[in-house]
Amino acid sequence: MVSQKVKGKPVALDGDRAVAEAIRQMNPDVVAAYPITPQTEIVMRFSEFVANGEVVTEFIPVESEHAAMSACIGASAAGGRAQTATAGAGLAFMWEVLWVASGTRLPIVMHVVNRSLSAPLNIHCDHSDSMGARDAGWIQLYDETVQEAYDNAIQALRIAEHPDIMLPTLHALDGFILGHGVERLELLPDDAVRSFIGIYEPQHPLLDVDHPVTYGPMVLTDYFFEYKRQQAAAMERALEIIPQIGEEYGTFTGRYYGLMEGYRLEDAEFATIALGSTAGTIKTVVDELRDQGVKAGLLKLRCFRPFPATILAEALGDKKAIAVLDRSLSFGAQGGPLFLEVITALFTHGLSPKVLNYAYGLGGRDIVPARIHQVYKDLIEIDREGLTESSIRYLGLRE
Amino acid sequence: MTLKTWTEILAGGLITDAGNSEEYETGSWRSHRPIIDMDRCTHCMICWIYCPDGSILVSDAKVTGIDLTHCKGCGICAHECPRKAISMVEEAVAKEGAQ
Amino acid sequence: MSDLVEIRWHGRGGQGAVTASELLAEAALHEGKYFQAFPDYGPERMGAPIRAYTRISSSPIRQHNQITEPDAVVVLDPTLLGVVDFAEGLEDGGLLLVNTPLSPNELRRELGFDKGRVFTINATRVALDIIKRNITNTPMIGALLRALEVVNRDVVREEIRNRFNTRVSKEVAEANVEAFDRAYTEVREG
Repeated sequence: MVSQKVKGKPVALDGDRAVAEAIRQMNPDVVAAYPITPQTEIVMRFSEFVANGEVVTEFIPVESEHAAMSACIGASAAGGRAQTATAGAGLAFMWEVLWVASGTRLPIVMHVVNRSLSAPLNIHCDHSDSMGARDAGWIQLYDETVQEAYDNAIQALRIAEHPDIMLPTLHALDGFILGHGVERLELLPDDAVRSFIGIYEPQHPLLDVDHPVTYGPMVLTDYFFEYKRQQAAAMERALEIIPQIGEEYGTFTGRYYGLMEGYRLEDAEFATIALGSTAGTIKTVVDELRDQGVKAGLLKLRCFRPFPATILAEALGDKKAIAVLDRSLSFGAQGGPLFLEVITALFTHGLSPKVLNYAYGLGGRDIVPARIHQVYKDLIEIDREGLTESSIRYLGLRE
Repeated sequence: MTLKTWTEILAGGLITDAGNSEEYETGSWRSHRPIIDMDRCTHCMICWIYCPDGSILVSDAKVTGIDLTHCKGCGICAHECPRKAISMVEEAVAKEGAQ
Repeated sequence: MSDLVEIRWHGRGGQGAVTASELLAEAALHEGKYFQAFPDYGPERMGAPIRAYTRISSSPIRQHNQITEPDAVVVLDPTLLGVVDFAEGLEDGGLLLVNTPLSPNELRRELGFDKGRVFTINATRVALDIIKRNITNTPMIGALLRALEVVNRDVVREEIRNRFNTRVSKEVAEANVEAFDRAYTEVREG
């Protein structure tokens, strides 16, 4: 554990390269990835580190994302640290084996660059891919900036490997916006990262031939349910542990992480909730509105799985009106995935403020500050006049 | 058998007891029982090789009988025996004969 | 108060608009500033009109939207005139810098653009003369810094030198620095 504050090195990198640097510093035993579209530069850059001998990692360029996750599962069961990166359709193709990874309780780390799911064919940012995997038993973190993509990549490993969690963990960065966006960030020294992640001591590695172990047996009606309950419990424990790890990360980086971040939220009357890079755009709008005397605030959710319902409800309980921004649709549902979670959290905590849901940014549709201003305008209006239209809205859509 | 609760079992469905399949008594699946005619048996060990459940009992390089706790009655031993020394007998009949 | 500067780059795929936006960001890094540099990707390839963006500020930059009301627009390719509405979103305080043989006044007439400040430079000529290739990003950065000193000129010069030294050769690096300096001198305002 690092307790002294270390000096980071300011660099200009896009999100893909920043994540590749984080993987280099973590130096996993195995990285298995499908090397072409929808893959991003993360894997291209990391394979250069492998070729240059800068890491000890066994890099396996597999024939599909399904195989990439399967190889990670094998490597992780063997007792190694395994990571992969993917995006969009690649994550969708992993879907079946995502459940094997979580059900087997393997602490695999995955870097997801959010892209839309076809059809029509689209490679730009939205959250359809990671939201599609939201019930697969993986911890999900979302990054606002390139710095957070780097920081969350490193913390994901500690979260996944925590003995009271042991769940695969992914962090998601918005495709193109962060993936291809060059920003200023601080890279930690290699030894600080290595000291933070420590040495992984797997409890039941397959390669320990003196202690033979069976992975992946068939479990029928008599025990399957019990294993699923264990996974649910691990998610509950993660709610306690993720902020502890974020706190520890802060002690030596100066960048502290919790389950969520409130931005001018405490005394806000009107709040929005968002994931990912859009939170930054909202912050600038909140500042502008505050200058105009509007008590606007933002709840940026860092951790979507497990969903921090209690702290979210506590932070939102006194708001006059709330807008939930979803960068994906759940067709036929009563709103987007984030909206449904927020509504449930409020209801189960005995709260019933006015809440609007906005689908936005699908297929990379740009979300400009004027749109966010519109959201707050709507909130002020429904507070004054009550809800006259549908609470489910589409932001930035031509109508 | 008392089933364990979700807090009592090892996470991820892992099994750390090597060879604990022995605890599963597959003998109850059997409808036909292999009976060895010891006069014909040459102890060639073909049945021992083929048995999918390791249920051919062997001692001092001699076949001594069948492990009926685990033999599922699949009949592979009888099919493979080059001397036709093993016959599959209906379980009810075999039980009667044994008594 | 924020000193945020937002720049939009127009070019054609392969001409270095993305590199230009990144070069400026790297220079900002060396000055301890904050920045964003990001392309606007479509299905385009070599030759297609593309856009890239740079934001520079002395305080952290939070917004992640594309730039719709730029402080400066830089057009790398003269043949984009009439093809792309590159003056879109430019307001009175804005700055338009175009690679063209036209004078600023001729360009204003051509575009019907009467706002802000207009700068022109024949960067294609500069690039062909000095770099011997029609890649106009370094001269256009030189011209931009004359119009808007968003980062220190010496820092950018060093950044160009480093980047081309490592990735291409010393000769190419020096040619780019020379083109950068000449465009800085030759750019016209009107």
